[in-house]
Amino acid sequence: MIEVKDLHKSYGKSGKINALNGISFNVNDGDIFGVIGPDGAGKSTLFRILASLIMPDSGTAIMNGYDVVKDYRKIRQIIGYMPGRFSLYQDLSVEENLKFFATLFDTTIEENYHLIKDIYQQIEPFKNRRAGALSGGMKQKLALSCALIHKPEILILDEPTTGVDPVSRKEFWDMLARLKEQGIIILVSTAYMDEASRCDRIALIREGELIASNTPQGIIDDYSDILWAVEGSRMSAILRELRKYEKIKTSFAFGDKIHITVDESLQIGELKQYLINRDFRDVGINPIEPTVEDCFIALTN
Amino acid sequence: MTNKVIEVSNLTKKFGSFTAVNHITFDVKEGEIFGFLGANGAGKTTAMQMLCGISMPTSGEGTVAGYDIIKENELIKRNIGYMSQKFSLYEDLKVWENIRLFGGIYGLSNKVIAEKTDALLKQLNFAEERNTLVKYLPLGWKQKLAFSVAIFHEPKIVFLDEPTGGVDPAMRRRFWEMIYDASERGITVFVTTHYMDESEYCNRVSIMVDGRIEALDTPAALRHQFNADTMDEVFRQLARKAERD
Repeated sequence: MIEVKDLHKSYGKSGKINALNGISFNVNDGDIFGVIGPDGAGKSTLFRILASLIMPDSGTAIMNGYDVVKDYRKIRQIIGYMPGRFSLYQDLSVEENLKFFATLFDTTIEENYHLIKDIYQQIEPFKNRRAGALSGGMKQKLALSCALIHKPEILILDEPTTGVDPVSRKEFWDMLARLKEQGIIILVSTAYMDEASRCDRIALIREGELIASNTPQGIIDDYSDILWAVEGSRMSAILRELRKYEKIKTSFAFGDKIHITVDESLQIGELKQYLINRDFRDVGINPIEPTVEDCFIALTN
Repeated sequence: MTNKVIEVSNLTKKFGSFTAVNHITFDVKEGEIFGFLGANGAGKTTAMQMLCGISMPTSGEGTVAGYDIIKENELIKRNIGYMSQKFSLYEDLKVWENIRLFGGIYGLSNKVIAEKTDALLKQLNFAEERNTLVKYLPLGWKQKLAFSVAIFHEPKIVFLDEPTGGVDPAMRRRFWEMIYDASERGITVFVTTHYMDESEYCNRVSIMVDGRIEALDTPAALRHQFNADTMDEVFRQLARKAERD
């Protein structure tokens, strides 16, 4: 279990940049917990504090009973941390890197092979290759193997899927789902809102503030606006027309549709007529369930 | 007849025995928003470097902004704009200094730079931030400024390499509205992204797999062709065929 309470952290001269502005949340045993927010939200600062690499200005974080400041030595034994930037030894081979991390934690590759087998097998054919010469996907698998080799209780992954294509992202999350079965708590940060559904619980953060924390479905259930999807040809022209209509509160493009939030007095037929009058004859308008991305926009607008 | 801003045929790049880009042939029309998609390692970056005149093709030919990519690559660099999420502005320069620097690099006169700077800052509602160091701007502002700087010299085409990675959902959409505006002013936009919803905002989309362009059409036509509800599904069907890691 992880209990984060009122964490503050600022950087720069006289604390000019407020990276974390009072963040609190709990993570249950065995959960995949997603910290979701755009760049600059404070995700990396939060994870560095939880990994005991930097200290908070104030607030506490207790991980499986240990305080990240006072018990930092213990914390480092029970966590596996994968930073956002590739930080293994480029000049060591794949196997040498893994062996190095196993030795640091007084264990062997053989002892915990079962934990990493699923992931490591995919790069084992290249075990003699220098880590620096691996492709992006293989580097990531090696980094994850190194973070797991000492059998951590809590795995901290800082933006493992940034800059990764949709197919590889899905594969990565499938890997995490299998790791979850081993009972490891997984803390993972991402800027991709669509990854929320792969988590048991999520925290949405922005500019150092927690804006919501719940299950993904809980976040969606709390959405209180009336949300419609508009589709048709000439989308950018429709969007401009929608922005002029006063009973529409917000309108944003969502793939091949436009999601709009509307005043409760507005009827679909009325909006349809408005668009037909402006020569948009092929439009479809339907009420929809929000996505986590809709929720994020609503909570931050 | 519509002008073609990019026209390439059989463009190929080999590194030793590895073929990064394998005979790609396509064209992009003036004012078009062209989405250039592909999995990591499919060859997008290498292809883009050839189009921008900073990497010579092993074979193949073509023109960008009217200039030959082999013989006139220096002229291509002067006539395009470029922005990526990783690098776009100098953090330790002020807002006006960044504009001044890029204007100067692209050969605009001091007078033109001064006039255009005022107009740009006004248009972006940035006048008060003229003397702010770029590193102190919120990310969304930085992206807007970076895009404006990339098209400051009014290039025929602007290359955007994952311009919205990590950007706030609402901001990401406002950024696309800027792309639309540029396209309506006749600037061709060539853009890569890992957000599949953004591929829907493009006029046409190409998808690279293992160095080849495996599909190229409007998003609606691609969805139809692959019998898919979303571009995400189209992308998955194609990327699954990839053999190289």
